Amino acid sequence: MSALMTFKPKRAFGGAGGPRKTPRPRYGTHLFLIVMSIVWLIPLAWALFTALRPKADTDKYGYFSLGGAFNFNNFVTAWNQGGFATYFVNSVIITIPTVILTLLFASMMAFAVSRFTWKFNVTLLIMFTAGNLLPPQVLATPLFEMFKHFNLPYSVSDSGNLLNTYTAVIAVDTAFQIGFCTFVLSNYMKALPQDLTEAAFVDGAGVWRQYWGIIMPLTRPAFAALGTLELIWIYNDFFWPLLFIQSGNRLPVTTAIKNLQGVFLSNYNLLAAGAMITVIPTLIIYLVLQKQFVSGLTLGATKG
Amino acid sequence: MSTEALSRNAASGVSGLSSRRPRRRFSLLTGRDRVILGAMVAIPTLIQLVLVWIPTVLSVLLSFVRWNGLAFSDIRPAGLANYSFIFKIYPPFWPALQHNLLWLAFLALIATPIGLLLAILLDQNIRGSRIYQSIFFTPVMLSLVLIGVIWQLFYSQNNGLLNFLLGTSGTPRAVDWFGNPSVNIWAALIAATWRHSGYVMILYLAGLKGVDPSLREAASLDGANAVQIFFRVVFPVMRPINIVIVVITIIESLRAFDVVYIINRGTNGLELISALVIQNLVGEGQVIGVGSALAVVLLVISLVPIVIYLSRTFKKES
Repeated sequence: MSALMTFKPKRAFGGAGGPRKTPRPRYGTHLFLIVMSIVWLIPLAWALFTALRPKADTDKYGYFSLGGAFNFNNFVTAWNQGGFATYFVNSVIITIPTVILTLLFASMMAFAVSRFTWKFNVTLLIMFTAGNLLPPQVLATPLFEMFKHFNLPYSVSDSGNLLNTYTAVIAVDTAFQIGFCTFVLSNYMKALPQDLTEAAFVDGAGVWRQYWGIIMPLTRPAFAALGTLELIWIYNDFFWPLLFIQSGNRLPVTTAIKNLQGVFLSNYNLLAAGAMITVIPTLIIYLVLQKQFVSGLTLGATKG
Repeated sequence: MSTEALSRNAASGVSGLSSRRPRRRFSLLTGRDRVILGAMVAIPTLIQLVLVWIPTVLSVLLSFVRWNGLAFSDIRPAGLANYSFIFKIYPPFWPALQHNLLWLAFLALIATPIGLLLAILLDQNIRGSRIYQSIFFTPVMLSLVLIGVIWQLFYSQNNGLLNFLLGTSGTPRAVDWFGNPSVNIWAALIAATWRHSGYVMILYLAGLKGVDPSLREAASLDGANAVQIFFRVVFPVMRPINIVIVVITIIESLRAFDVVYIINRGTNGLELISALVIQNLVGEGQVIGVGSALAVVLLVISLVPIVIYLSRTFKKES
C-alpha cells in the first residue's frame, strides 16, 4: 500500500495558489511493479527456458540448471512430430471465415438497429447481447445432438452429418460472437452523426448504399479493433472444436494441444516447445496490432 | 460515463457527435429498401436463434427426458428425475458447485483486486508504464488451454520450477500440484488469476483514464489524501466499469472450463459444472438428460448476472 501513498495529481494545478510539488521518484511503486513483473513472467520464461534445452542435457544436468546447450532443436522436432503444419492450416480454415462472417453479419445487424427505428430493435439487441454472455456449455448438448442428427450425404461429410466438419465449428463460433460484435458496433454506429445518412437518403441513396458506402468506411477503426480481438479469440477457442471435431488431424492448434500433451508426455522439453509454437501467431498479431487489440478489449468491456 | 461512452471514447474520439435528430423510421422506406433491411436483420437473427436460443430452450426441454442420444424415438419423459439424481445421488455435483463458487470468490477477492491495484499504479504516469502493462497483459492473449500447459510445466512434480524453488523436487515431499486433489483447485486458480488480473487491469486503466481529473484536483484541494481520493471519489465515479467487471468476473467463473479440462478433464478435485456437462455428453452412456439438467443449473445461475447487466445497460433505451 505504500505505493498508493505516493499518488499525486497528474496535472499541475491551474493558476496561483496550488503548491507546486516536484515529482517524487516513486521507488516503492517501481519496486513493487518490478517484483510483480518478474512473478508474472516466471511461468512463461520457464516454459521458454525448458523449450530451448535439449532433453539429453536436462536429463544430465537436471531441469533446474544452466548446463548444456541452448538451441531451437526442440521446436523443429515438436513441429514435425506434433504435425503443427496441419493444425495451423486447420486453425486458418476455421479462424478466417469465422472472423469475416462475424463482422459482416454483426455490422448488418448493428446498422439496422442503430440507424433505424422500428418496433423490436432494442429487444433484438438485448437478445444478441445476452446470447454472447451465456456459458457455451449451456448450448453444448443440444448443438451436438442437432448436428449429429443433421444428415448429410457422405460425399459432403464423411461422418454422414455435421459433426466432424469445419462448417459446424465456423457456424457456432460465428453465432456465438455475433452478439458481442453487434453490441459494440451498434454503439459505435449510433455515435455517427445522423446527418450523414440523411443527406445520402435525400440524394436517393438506398439502404445498401448507406450501409456499404457511408457507414462501413466510417466504422473502420471499430472493425480493426474487433477484427484483431476476434482473430485472437477464435484462434484461442478450445471448446467448440473439442466438442464437434473427432478426427485428430482436423483439429485447430489450440484444441490439438490436448493431444500433444499425450504425444510429448515423457518429454517436457518438447511439450514446452510445442506450447511456445502455439503462442507465436498470437504474439505476432499482438505485437503488430497491440493498439487495436487493447482498444477492442476495452470496447468490449461486456465480453465475459 | 456509461460503457457505451467508454467504448466510443476508447475507439475513436467520435464521442459527443451523437445527433439529436430522431433516427429514420422504418415505415418511411421504399419497398426495395425494406426488403434489404429486412434481410440484414433476418439473417443474423436467424443464425442467433437457431444456434444460440433454440439450443438453450432445448437444453431445458432435454433436462426433463431420459435419452441416450441415439434415435429420437427412444426419448422418454423423466419428469424431475434428472434433477433429483444430480442433487441427491450424482457424487461430483456438490463438489463442482463448491468449486465454481470458490472460483468466483478467488477471482473476485484476489484476482480482481490485483488487477485494480496494478491499474491504479500504472495510471500514475510512471516511467516504463507501457512495458509493465505489456508484461501484465501478456497472459490475456494466451488461450486458457495454453495457460494450463504452461503452468503444468511450472507445477510438475519432479521437473517443475516450483518444486525446485521449494527444494522438494525429487524428494517424497514434492507436491504434485495439478494431480493432488486437495491442492489442485488452488493451483488452477492461481493460473486463472494470472490471466484474469491482466484483463481487469486493462479495463480499469481505460476506466481511470475516463475519470475527470478536476474531480481529483478538487478533492485534493479539499485536503483529501490519495487513499481517500481513490475510495471516495475515483472508485464511485467508475461505477459503470465496476459493474462490467463484476459481471465479467461472475461469468468467467461460470465459464471456467479449459484450464481444468486440459489438466484432467475436470475430475479428481477439479470438478466444475461446465466440465460435468461435457463428461455426461461425450462420456460412456451418453446421459443426455443428466447433462442437460446440469446445463440448466449453469443457465439459471448465469442468468442472474446477465439480467442485472442487461437491465442496467438497456434501461435508458427502452
